Amino acid sequence: MAARLLWASRVASHLRISVSQRGFSSVVLKDLKYADSHEWVKIEGNKAIFGITDHAQDHLGDVVYVELPDVGRSVSQGESFGAVESVKATSDINSPVSGTVVEVNEELTESPGLVNSSPYEEGWIIKVELSDAGEAQKLMDSEKYSKFCEEEDAKH
Amino acid sequence: MRGGSLWQLGQSITRRLAQSDKKAVSRRYFASDADLKKTALYDFHVAHGGKMVPFAGWSMPIQYKDSIIDSTVNCRVNGSLFDVAHMCGLSLKGKDCVPFLETLVVADVAGLAPGTGSLTVFTNEKGGAIDDSVITKVTDEHIYLVVNAGCRDKDLAHIEEHMKAFKSKGGDVSWHIHDERSLLALQGPLAAPVLQHLTKEDLSKLYFGQFQILDINGSTCFLTRTGYTGEDGFEISVPSENAVDLAKAILEKSEGKVRLTGLGARDSLRLEAGLCLYGNDMEQHISPVEAGLTWAIGKRRRAEGGFLGADVILKQLQDGPTIRRVGFFSSGPPARSHSEVHDESGNKIGEITSGGFSPNLKKNIAMGYVKSGQHKTGTKVKILVRGKPYEGNITKMPFVATKYYKPS
Repeated sequence: MAARLLWASRVASHLRISVSQRGFSSVVLKDLKYADSHEWVKIEGNKAIFGITDHAQDHLGDVVYVELPDVGRSVSQGESFGAVESVKATSDINSPVSGTVVEVNEELTESPGLVNSSPYEEGWIIKVELSDAGEAQKLMDSEKYSKFCEEEDAKH
Repeated sequence: MRGGSLWQLGQSITRRLAQSDKKAVSRRYFASDADLKKTALYDFHVAHGGKMVPFAGWSMPIQYKDSIIDSTVNCRVNGSLFDVAHMCGLSLKGKDCVPFLETLVVADVAGLAPGTGSLTVFTNEKGGAIDDSVITKVTDEHIYLVVNAGCRDKDLAHIEEHMKAFKSKGGDVSWHIHDERSLLALQGPLAAPVLQHLTKEDLSKLYFGQFQILDINGSTCFLTRTGYTGEDGFEISVPSENAVDLAKAILEKSEGKVRLTGLGARDSLRLEAGLCLYGNDMEQHISPVEAGLTWAIGKRRRAEGGFLGADVILKQLQDGPTIRRVGFFSSGPPARSHSEVHDESGNKIGEITSGGFSPNLKKNIAMGYVKSGQHKTGTKVKILVRGKPYEGNITKMPFVATKYYKPS
């Protein structure tokens, strides 16, 4: 945990982003888009790469298995395409955008813990070719998502 | 064995990550949060970074600052201190308390030496388990037992109903519910050396399953050498007003090696030790024979019966049960409760009741029930997780060797 927090604050200061100071602080990156089911997405041309957010991995705890989809499979916005298993629970991963899977992060098969240690970089989950570039507009920006997490935490 | 369903708890925490369930889950939390009971250590947990979650009507720490994996491993390397004050301690007193208890449980209570105890099962008329419980014979006229938090209301109602009938026939028994006390569990290799600093009694003479009333850290405690992790250790019933001081003293004497440990690691530890969680691995319709607890049915009780559901249980002992609790190793995602177990040809032979990733073995472990005949160690099975079959095989339990302190 200490290492993770260090990582978080280092990334945070480097990228000039806000780190929530309530309880377990979560990192939210500026240039990404966020789904309300706690996936992040980075759009690069007609491709999108995504994973689960720092907030999500923090709530899940140690990730021990990531169920990845097959390359070539289509995914739709808001629908589950895989799952993340932590020591305490299972959580579906929903696709923040629609498209066709072009790459999956095979590293996660051997090292599922990358989702915890590096949720926005080495812990990415899949890359898709977008079928509807407009869909990303429905997602939250970093500011909205930070607020969303704070509100959700405050409820519990 | 120790109440509530951690799996459901984990589910509810994580499920709030999914938008579809968010409203329903929020409502449930709103409705119950204010009603949750707090143990004497609640503020202590919060001050130590405990993530508090609803569990069996209580607000309990699921973990502290350490990850569940680190916490689970630390228990076996050093030690863990758990607040288990949500569990219900109970004393039965009176000269007939032993024969009375024997009408409700499968243990040979009369045969226990004073100061010793055992795991037992409260049965219903059909031979199913109402709860499991660690019982101790303090004296011939005093039994001390601890029942699951999640089963408290139903257990107390059950005991009370039978106690009334027993007393109306002239039996001498009464009870006292120890709501004035708090239960702490100290587990792991440092449990005994650390606790020894806090008492003048010689703990090397107190073996697994034994009980003593003694002074610990300046207050009168009920001490049982038992636990729910497979490690050597103790459960300490301490007057609630002294609970925080005792917790502080234990952590201090261990020089930080014994750490506060939450329900998350407690579940991993008990699973590694092959111990049942009531509500998952044992339920109303499961008999102690099916659950692999035949050893807990006293020899005399097998001959005489005299407990609820004895006819069903004695018949199962004779003919063998139709299903049996077994352990599994599996590949792929960890198996969870309700995962189906299939034979190699794809026929359903059973179901997982608890499962997860073992932090100490670094692989998936699970327990569940399969049809008799297909329960042998080494049997290859397929375990279905989200509809996909994964390789598994039946294995002996405990998964991690137990280290109970027994006379050599």
